[in-house]
Amino acid sequence: MAITVFLFFVASVLGLSFWLARRTTSASAYYAAGGTIHWSVNGIAFAGDYLSAASFLGICGMIATAGYDGFLYSIGYLAGWIVALFIVAEPMKRLGKYTFTDALDAKFDSRGIKLAAAISTLIVSIFYLIPQMVGAGVLVEPLLGIPHAWGVIMVGAIVITIVATAGMTSTTYVQFIKGALLVIFSLALVIAVLVRGFNPAPDQGGKVPFVEPAVLQATLAGDAVLPLDSTFAVLENAAVKQARFVRLAGPAGEGWWHVEEGDDGRVTLTQAQWEAKSADGTHVINGAPASPENKFRQVGNLVRVAGRTGDAALSGPAGPLEYLSLMSDKETVVRRWKDVSFTAEDGAKVKVIYPQETPGNRVMRPGLKFKVEGTPLEKLDFISLMLALFFGTAALPHILIRYYTVPSPTSARKSTIVAIAAIGAFYVLTLYMGLGAMTSGVVNPLDNNMSAPLLARSFGELLFAVISAIAFSTVLGTVSGLIIAASGAVAHDLMDRYAGRNMNEAQKVHAGKVAAFAVGILAIVLGILFKGMNVSFLVGLAFAVAASANLPAILMMLFWKRTTAKGITAGITVGILSSVGLILFSPSLYEKYGLDPSTAPFPLDNPGVISIPLSFLALIMVSLLTTRTTTGVEH
Amino acid sequence: MLHKPAAPTGKDPSSAFKARLGVWMFAVYALIYIGFVAINIADPLAMERTVFAGLNLAVVYGMGLILVALVLALIYDRICSVRERLLASKEGRN
Repeated sequence: MAITVFLFFVASVLGLSFWLARRTTSASAYYAAGGTIHWSVNGIAFAGDYLSAASFLGICGMIATAGYDGFLYSIGYLAGWIVALFIVAEPMKRLGKYTFTDALDAKFDSRGIKLAAAISTLIVSIFYLIPQMVGAGVLVEPLLGIPHAWGVIMVGAIVITIVATAGMTSTTYVQFIKGALLVIFSLALVIAVLVRGFNPAPDQGGKVPFVEPAVLQATLAGDAVLPLDSTFAVLENAAVKQARFVRLAGPAGEGWWHVEEGDDGRVTLTQAQWEAKSADGTHVINGAPASPENKFRQVGNLVRVAGRTGDAALSGPAGPLEYLSLMSDKETVVRRWKDVSFTAEDGAKVKVIYPQETPGNRVMRPGLKFKVEGTPLEKLDFISLMLALFFGTAALPHILIRYYTVPSPTSARKSTIVAIAAIGAFYVLTLYMGLGAMTSGVVNPLDNNMSAPLLARSFGELLFAVISAIAFSTVLGTVSGLIIAASGAVAHDLMDRYAGRNMNEAQKVHAGKVAAFAVGILAIVLGILFKGMNVSFLVGLAFAVAASANLPAILMMLFWKRTTAKGITAGITVGILSSVGLILFSPSLYEKYGLDPSTAPFPLDNPGVISIPLSFLALIMVSLLTTRTTTGVEH
Repeated sequence: MLHKPAAPTGKDPSSAFKARLGVWMFAVYALIYIGFVAINIADPLAMERTVFAGLNLAVVYGMGLILVALVLALIYDRICSVRERLLASKEGRN
């Protein structure tokens, strides 16, 4: 049934796109829907564009594993709309025609700006496309039972078809429907979470038996761990990232256990989940050969609810405030799971996933992922992320082009306010969905991106199918918008305006479609390469690039009269180079390359705090060196 | 209706006023946002304190940032709409 509902939904989206595509003949209709979309429709379409895989999959997944730290993304993403509304919305509409480059270049008519802004649009769009494609692969894997790479290829093919045949009109109406459905069904999911309340032994409505990790007491003799139960024998020791593990042979076979030494000197061994991959191709999970039936168990539950355990901890239906209050209680204990990888003595690559108990008051404030109590550098990383999220929204090309689909600056303003209402409501829901997943035993320990859809599955296959279909169309819609923005940069900004090829309407649309095809193929390749990274984290990087490359140029063009074309070109160029350069040398990317993250030359994961000021500085200095007269001619 | 070119926008006599107002309202929100980031950096444990209906400061401040964004947006739209109507009626009389 899940597959039927999913396919019906996706087919409906495609049918609507093709039906609307018949009306797209001019460049204006292709790139800006003819500027005729009503502001209320555009506002919800904004929400559809913006609530991408990062918001639905990434944020919920991060909250499910890192608690409140994931909600920081919700706060930052929403706050960014304030910059869009108060600073950018109306001027962008007044100055532009099809693309963000039009608006930036309106006062100057500079080839440098056209080139730099178009390249910036391309780079930001591609950075933003990666997490969407990763999210697509993650979604179809459990739903259709096909590998991640095929999921990515499927999304790429569908989106290229949509964009190459349709354009902004169909994208707008698809986004409108999708944005509305996403908020409505997320609300339904949150209501279901609240009605279910807390259960320390979540069994997904009786469908999946809850497994409590086994615990053994042990003693230490020197460095050796000795289980008190003599039916267990230690086979191997391992220490990774300040955590210690032992491989035990016991009555039920062998497996890896996490070693914890308490303050009172007592040593506790907790059974972990594990996999071992040998050079001969053997792949074992939890002691048995890996198969579609034998894979890692989904995890995440409460050990205590406000100090209560067992049946006494069953909360029953909880109100929205009561739910958060119980979660924040310092006597509430959440069991989260961490993973480490190492090479065993026999040469097998081992991954161990072990439980870790965290009090509720710790889960419900920042600090589990972003080390706000850590070193000055770690604090700077947190500031950098919050800065990039705040300034990134108003600089995203696929958001900016939506200002050209409405008829007037007033409509641009009003549609932004509708977007803030819809997106704000959704982001409040993310906290409940994420915490619901964290405590319902539905988190995939290898990839947290599927937490919200898997939470839906714990309430039934129908809700899972609908939520997955909406999430999938979320990806389709956002990718469509991004590819249109990127194709506009190539066909309109680069080929038509920068290269001066003076194409007619039909040629512009054709060039846009060819560009869409090329960008789509690139997105597919990158989506496969970046499998497994949290999609919200990846979007945070896209925000940093957008905030560094585009926002200083937009702000200074609007508010500083001495801004020159060369200054804007320099600001964009420095913003792109510094943000992308610093990301490539950051700890997270070093980990992705297979290198030691601590050896990364740039110590922060998010470059915003360095690259945004650098871009401003370059723009101001070059503008001062290349003053211009009131007619816009530079000296 | 979908074949028309992107609509041209006429002169907007209230644009300077709206831009000024936008900057001020942006500054107000930015200060509240900076406050959130600053508390997290300077005194992370303060975020654990219960401040309202059993909710801690992190939840109340975080949700508050979302709610305040919407309230400021509505206030901004109201003021801009009144100004646009006022200037439009003045222009109509001239």
